[in-house]
Amino acid sequence: MHAAVVVFPGSNCDRDLAVALERAGARVSMVWHKDTSMPEGVDLIGVPGGFSFGDYLRCGAIAANSPICRSVKDHADRGGYVLGVCNGFQILTETRVLPGTLLRNAGLKYICRSVPLTVTTADSAFTNGYVAGQSITVPIAHHDGNYHADAETLRALAAEDRIAFRYGDNPNGSADDIAGILSANRRVLGMMPHPERMAEAAHGGTDGAAMFVGLVRQLEHA
Amino acid sequence: MKARVHIMLKTGVLDPQGEAVRNALGSLGFDGVNSVRQGKVIELDLKDGTDEAIVNDMCERLLANTVIESYRVEIL
Repeated sequence: MHAAVVVFPGSNCDRDLAVALERAGARVSMVWHKDTSMPEGVDLIGVPGGFSFGDYLRCGAIAANSPICRSVKDHADRGGYVLGVCNGFQILTETRVLPGTLLRNAGLKYICRSVPLTVTTADSAFTNGYVAGQSITVPIAHHDGNYHADAETLRALAAEDRIAFRYGDNPNGSADDIAGILSANRRVLGMMPHPERMAEAAHGGTDGAAMFVGLVRQLEHA
Repeated sequence: MKARVHIMLKTGVLDPQGEAVRNALGSLGFDGVNSVRQGKVIELDLKDGTDEAIVNDMCERLLANTVIESYRVEIL
């Protein structure tokens, strides 16, 4: 399985994401934001966490209009797999690859701690390594993670089983306790928590590892 | 020519920053502030004769996130 991880000025989880994918058995290429195309034969694009372009204007807004993001959007439109974590999730909403947006945390504070999540669906390449209803612990580290979408979008996400993760104890005010959502074709996942920071024993837990192992297993045979 | 773009959160979208400002005004003794909404203003210095439609396009594609924000363009 060949994954590409996009690097923007201000990304800071790009190498963590690459390491988590490599440990799961993926071959990883790093792609710079000024690049205009993905390497040949990429199965998965990772859009990492961080503070791309200093979060100027709105989180993810400048990154969403960078040259490489056209390739990310094309890849998603062709039915390719994309994983956006934290700032990556914000970028995927700004490119409209995923619906809704991430507002400032309801409590206005930057929150950096491990939180309980419920795996809401196991029906995706990202979550097939879990059991629906399973509780896992994964860190969050964000100031703008308060998921917001109109009522119709929230209804559709729930009805189509596209809510991948919910917070056990909603830390940021997200609508419907949403921590991560899938695209309509279930091949794009955006989530605020950081599975790549909970992927090996030295991280203090391995609850995130199943995502990368599951992705590699499924996309290896795709 | 110059244009000024006013960007505000849409009605119904929670504005925790505005709420924090309202609370701070209250603790300074300013009673009677029912609500505060915080937005942003962007000033653009443009080539003379730039069509307002182009500024609207800038708002739609970058300056505002129309999922949560509304905008108003003022040509100066």
